[in-house]
Amino acid sequence: MQAAPTFEPAEALWRVRLHLLGRGLAGSWAMFAESKIGLTGFGIIVFFALFGLLWPIYPWLMEHVAWTQEELEAARTVPYGAISSIYQVYDPVNGYDPLIPGVENPTAPSRRHPLGTNQFGRDILAQLMASTGSEFMLGVLAALITVIIGTLVGAIAAYYGGIVDTFFMRLADVFILFPLISFLIVLGSMIELTLLKLAFILGIFFGFGQITVILKSQALAVKVKPYIEAARVAGGGHFHIIFRHIIPNLLPLSFLYMMFNVTSAIFSEAALSFFGLLPGVKISWGIMIESAHTLGYILGGRSFQNWWLWMPPGVAITLLCSAFYLVGRGLDEVVNPRLRKR
Amino acid sequence: MKRIWQALTSGMGKFISIRVLQIILVLYLYMTLVFIILEAQPGDISDFYVGDPKITPEARDAIVQQLGLDKPILERYFDYLKNFMTGHLGCSFKFGNIRDTPDPICREQRPTWDLIKERLPRTVVLFLTYTIVSFYIGFFMGKLIAWRRGAIVEYFSTVVGVVLFTVFTPWFALLLVWLFAVNFGVVPIGGFINPDTWTNVQQIGATACGVGISCTNIVFNTMLLWLGGLTLFCGGAYLWSRRLTYPWQQQAVRWGALAIGFVVLGLFFGGGWPGVSTQAVIVRETKFWFFIWHFSMPAGVIPLFPLVFDFVQHMLLPILTLTLISFAGTMLLMRNTMLETMREDYVMAAKAKGLPDHVVRDKHAARNALLPVVTSLIFAIAFSVDGGVFTETIFSWQGMGQLLLQSALDHDYPVAIGSLVFTGVFALIAHLVADILYAYLDPRIRYD
Repeated sequence: MQAAPTFEPAEALWRVRLHLLGRGLAGSWAMFAESKIGLTGFGIIVFFALFGLLWPIYPWLMEHVAWTQEELEAARTVPYGAISSIYQVYDPVNGYDPLIPGVENPTAPSRRHPLGTNQFGRDILAQLMASTGSEFMLGVLAALITVIIGTLVGAIAAYYGGIVDTFFMRLADVFILFPLISFLIVLGSMIELTLLKLAFILGIFFGFGQITVILKSQALAVKVKPYIEAARVAGGGHFHIIFRHIIPNLLPLSFLYMMFNVTSAIFSEAALSFFGLLPGVKISWGIMIESAHTLGYILGGRSFQNWWLWMPPGVAITLLCSAFYLVGRGLDEVVNPRLRKR
Repeated sequence: MKRIWQALTSGMGKFISIRVLQIILVLYLYMTLVFIILEAQPGDISDFYVGDPKITPEARDAIVQQLGLDKPILERYFDYLKNFMTGHLGCSFKFGNIRDTPDPICREQRPTWDLIKERLPRTVVLFLTYTIVSFYIGFFMGKLIAWRRGAIVEYFSTVVGVVLFTVFTPWFALLLVWLFAVNFGVVPIGGFINPDTWTNVQQIGATACGVGISCTNIVFNTMLLWLGGLTLFCGGAYLWSRRLTYPWQQQAVRWGALAIGFVVLGLFFGGGWPGVSTQAVIVRETKFWFFIWHFSMPAGVIPLFPLVFDFVQHMLLPILTLTLISFAGTMLLMRNTMLETMREDYVMAAKAKGLPDHVVRDKHAARNALLPVVTSLIFAIAFSVDGGVFTETIFSWQGMGQLLLQSALDHDYPVAIGSLVFTGVFALIAHLVADILYAYLDPRIRYD
């Protein structure tokens, strides 16, 4: 009896896949790099990522760069409020500089405090850096949840159709028209919303909404392609077809909408913390603006003399939100060929 | 009977009846969702008083019983649905009754529905105005920058557009307040009215406005009624004029309607009937006040114009801010859809025919690029109450959004939840109305 013929590929399968993936990514990157707006956004995101990563070593860096030996000595031996470590100066929530008397705060940008201090003596740059990480985490986590839900539900609704489709589309109607901001405000007054909870709520609410409808219509276009029929004829199960054939074809579009969702998530967090509805969050850009506003540093008539209190957080929120939006726009030109230049 | 059935199951009627049924289903889903989520939160209102030495456990039990929190969850759910359908949104914890007789249900407290009725028109007028202004500007600019693709104008306006689109709204609003109200002092810092202007009105008009009800609301609602009526009149005249044959007839009808509108508005606001008096009237039966009645008005009444001007003055800055923030989104959307339309064959055909550039742009490309913009307009109107929270709070514009945020911060839960539910229902109904209008304007939708 003859042995069953075996197929021996020249290369290991995973290596071929990796190679293909690499080539696909390189091609997409080349297309993405063509759009200037996308690259600008990407640059800003990289900048903020580095900025946030720099936070753990920032106090150490300042100790070695900005502080002289005498100042350090003085800070350790002042009669009251002496510090034992430099981290006490740059704590975003309750740090203070023992060399600056309390009444002098807020102080203008100086050598030891590159963006000045706020009215309580906290270092603005430290606050800005400390918030960056959590903003990123919130935005990306919320967007990931959104995209996972949206892609799955969109693919399933398109694949099965009928009652499943109707149910998810009506549900999407509810979520699209859901007054999310009002709802978060009411919820924020009832329970202590933390960043993680907020990320999950935002992710779920965005996920079942608009993105499902968009991805479903894309999935419908994929579903009628010949290769889906081929997969079915070859004996592929529902699960196999959805996960191996439909979802991979939805991913570029999902990724695109993920970028827009990061923007909305960061915006919602900043707005809620601005109105004091996120007591679980100790420091964020929204809180920085809020504390400058409630103490009258924005509308006080002397705004521009204290610009460092409200300018950096506002600019940071705007820049980060627009960065993700710009990347989304850049990706749009990759994913949607109709938008490309004539 | 048969004719009614036929009307409901064919063409436009079919579309409308299906949409209405769907909206009712969605409404029910929405209310259930809100109930479930709120019910899933730990504790209830009485837990609020756990640490309060003045409220004994017996008193807390009484509160629980009074609010019906001891009933089984299913019963509370049906109560919630029933109360909403019959217009009872609960009684405010914070706001007291303002009428001279106790409320039949809320006694000395103010019903939430009453508060919403007071606040909703203010929000609607603010947001309708800015939505129309910003969509018009966005449409116009998006059209222009798409047409001149690659020009410096495009890069510049894209950058400005993206910045305005993603700017942190409360922060930006505060900067504008600082610039225009604090620095230049041309508009008030915030608020809905200037109390100085109104003290007199409240005194003179006390009898006519009714005890405890502010004249402000009456004047404001009257103003809205007139403005809305005239807008409808002009819009109707415009639509009707399209059926006329000759362009000169169309122009005559349009300009005529506009002129009539302005004259009526001038008579109403200025209160001046030529040669009689320029001082007009508010109070007395202002609800259905008609300008000719002016003759029978007693002397010494208050001129209406400064009052209306007071509202307008307080509206300017919020509208400017909202317009700046939101026109960018429309502009970018319009640019994108316009870029897609410009590749269509009929645009090339129109160009090849030798039509002037602006005609191809306005009549061929922009008309067809308008649909996604109209869709986003529908959503903008539906979300006006929800999106208004931040702007209204920054400008202390006492509308729905500010009511919701303030009551949430004050733990005035009946008002907070009542306005939350109402906001969603408002969005749903606004969406339904806009959908029907959309289907009327674009026949492709209804025959899907």
